[in-house]
Amino acid sequence: MSTPNHTASTHSEEENYLTNETTIQSWLLTKDHKRIALLYLISVTLFFTLGGLFASIVRLELLTPAGDLLSSEFYNQAFTSHGVMMVFFFLIPAVPAVLGNFLIPLMVGAKDLAFPKINLLSWYIFMVGATFAIFAVLTGGLDTGWTLYPPYSSTYSQSRVALAVAGVFIAGFASILTGVNFIATIHRMRAPGLTWFRLPLFVWAHYATSLVMVLGTPVIAITMVLLFLERVFGFGFFDPAKGGDPVLFQHLFWFYSHPAVYIMILPAMGVISEIISTFSRQKLFGYSFVAMSSLAIAILGFLVWGHHMFTTSQSAYTGILFSALTFLVAIPSAIKAFNWTATLYKGSVSWETPMLFAFGFMGLFLIGGLTGLFLATMGMDIHLQDTYFVVSHFHYIMVGGGVMGYMGGIHFWWPKITGRMYSNFWSKLSALLIFAGFNFTFFPQFILGYMGMPRRYHSYPEEWQVLNVMSTLGASILAIGYALPAFYLTYSLIRGKKAPANPWGATGLEWKTASPPPPHNFHETPIVTTEAYDYQSLPLSETPEKEGVHHG
Amino acid sequence: MANLAASLQHHFADFKQQKESVVLGMWSFLVQEVMFFGGLFVTYVVYRSQYPDAFHEGAMQLSSVLGGFNTIVLICSSLTMAMAVHAASKGNRGAIAFWLVLTIVFGSIFLGVKVVEYKEKFDHGFIPGIADHGLRVNHETHQPRPTGFALYFGLYFAMTGLHAIHMLIGIPILAIIAINGLRGKYGPEYYTPVEMTGLYWHFVDIVWIFLFPLLYLIGAH
Repeated sequence: MSTPNHTASTHSEEENYLTNETTIQSWLLTKDHKRIALLYLISVTLFFTLGGLFASIVRLELLTPAGDLLSSEFYNQAFTSHGVMMVFFFLIPAVPAVLGNFLIPLMVGAKDLAFPKINLLSWYIFMVGATFAIFAVLTGGLDTGWTLYPPYSSTYSQSRVALAVAGVFIAGFASILTGVNFIATIHRMRAPGLTWFRLPLFVWAHYATSLVMVLGTPVIAITMVLLFLERVFGFGFFDPAKGGDPVLFQHLFWFYSHPAVYIMILPAMGVISEIISTFSRQKLFGYSFVAMSSLAIAILGFLVWGHHMFTTSQSAYTGILFSALTFLVAIPSAIKAFNWTATLYKGSVSWETPMLFAFGFMGLFLIGGLTGLFLATMGMDIHLQDTYFVVSHFHYIMVGGGVMGYMGGIHFWWPKITGRMYSNFWSKLSALLIFAGFNFTFFPQFILGYMGMPRRYHSYPEEWQVLNVMSTLGASILAIGYALPAFYLTYSLIRGKKAPANPWGATGLEWKTASPPPPHNFHETPIVTTEAYDYQSLPLSETPEKEGVHHG
Repeated sequence: MANLAASLQHHFADFKQQKESVVLGMWSFLVQEVMFFGGLFVTYVVYRSQYPDAFHEGAMQLSSVLGGFNTIVLICSSLTMAMAVHAASKGNRGAIAFWLVLTIVFGSIFLGVKVVEYKEKFDHGFIPGIADHGLRVNHETHQPRPTGFALYFGLYFAMTGLHAIHMLIGIPILAIIAINGLRGKYGPEYYTPVEMTGLYWHFVDIVWIFLFPLLYLIGAH
């Protein structure tokens, strides 16, 4: 790409977005998308840790068949808190609000997102929503499951449902505003020459994600309003005694919450596309198919919600339709998986840390996706509904896919974000521990689910103990894997080697500016003359060897 | 215009890019609003098809006259809003403020009528969870109300309440735009905020155009 020749070496002493202002106000009232991304990074890391603590409590209880560590009531609260924290306050914002926020303006060659003030507002809204939810969790708990099904959530639960519902409602608007911002930015802020089909696939993935955020999130918001009115004032929308229908809640809930899975996975897929092409040193195979498959996933994702409801009063004919549509969603996902694999073929593959996470993603997402087809098969689902098979399936997608993608992205762009390199050894160890620990934790759960172990109970028959112990041990390995980055990434901030502008020899515009970038991203608006991932014509001076980065 | 340069935010290349971004952002936001109200409309469709008679009986409790009056008031407010945008495009300071104040007046009349209506529903006990005696028994005939009657009023308050909240948010924005207009911030080159506020206000009006027949007129003969 033809861009102004600004490298880290020529501007190493120059001010960057991290140090140009240093007051607390300059952070809390910043309109710089890069700083807002860091605010989100700190917040979601905190909520991930909290969600992880609840997960550890759940796994500890399940170490033994008897329900001995926790009462069943507290167990309900533990898995609900885990789900609410992880889904609404980590997975949904993680990749878009941290990496998307940081990278989209850089990748399209803009100075900022289209609406910087709204971007900051979204973080405050997110934090208010999170405060409500955390307050609910800590002062009386929430025990409905993250799905908040009435009539339990509306009538019977003794926990802090109204408060948590308010938190989810509020946090939703953060997501909507982020989506609106991305859509306007990607449409209108692209640098000269950066046509739609020259955009990095990360941007395409976020465009598709933004559509889901803008079209889906308001529906969960209004559903939370209805549930709130039901719980606090007894409106009766979901109460059969008043003529209401609890199944209507499920329809409204899943109309958002199924597409929400794509809010978690699509941006992660965008990350994987960037990593795979960079470390294969090849143009991504089937670029336009991968771009369009993101849109296809976003659209089809809105037509499959009924597959969560095969065992409800939904008619069998409706079920057949939803089952067929669910099979269809597998096609664009498979297009991506095949194209990533084809990109590796005859590529010059190097095993850097982000690439390890990308490989992890490909393997785990594959298993998650294929087991989704089991569940989409109606007859099979009758047997597997509400078992650990489902739990394992969606963890393979949301953690094996979503979190792997997020971790890969954080490791890929860490040098850009912070201007520092992290330890190769420890980061690779972390990637391996996470991959191994994850499989140890969740593969046994497929077997347990197939044998019939139901979700959401704190005790189980003794013959299932071996597999449950495996799962808990795996979770311990996973926890170490997730804890390691907290140390080596923090250490890199203090002692890490200074990162060059383009440590991986990648092609995107974000690598053309200094690490960390200057406050307004580029000194001159870049002009784009080539397609994305143009590794063939990358000048030798930008290959990683010349910048002195050791390849393992 | 003196203030024109200050109206271009630093991260946009030019006014054209700024305007296109803002317009696209606003329309995306309105799409979001459609989906937001959409959840309520779906709930309405489900329960009205399930309990057509109860919904009919519910609608009989509303005054089509007040509802119709309010519809006319809101349509007038959309007209004055459109006039305000036109005045802004001409850079006519006084006219911008005049039409916006008139819009605020119409909006306030609408909300005033809504207060009267809500008060009456309160007196009749038609508010779920707050004053709901009338939802169970018809006080004139002493017959129990049909199943779905309470759902109708639940939806009535959820839908008109959410609509009213949107107006309550809109009115202060109109006031701010009116003050800015009077100060000469808008002119032929730059009046995007007036236009965007107009889009929002028209959207809120259109929602009412759907609410009025669905809630008030299904009881009329």
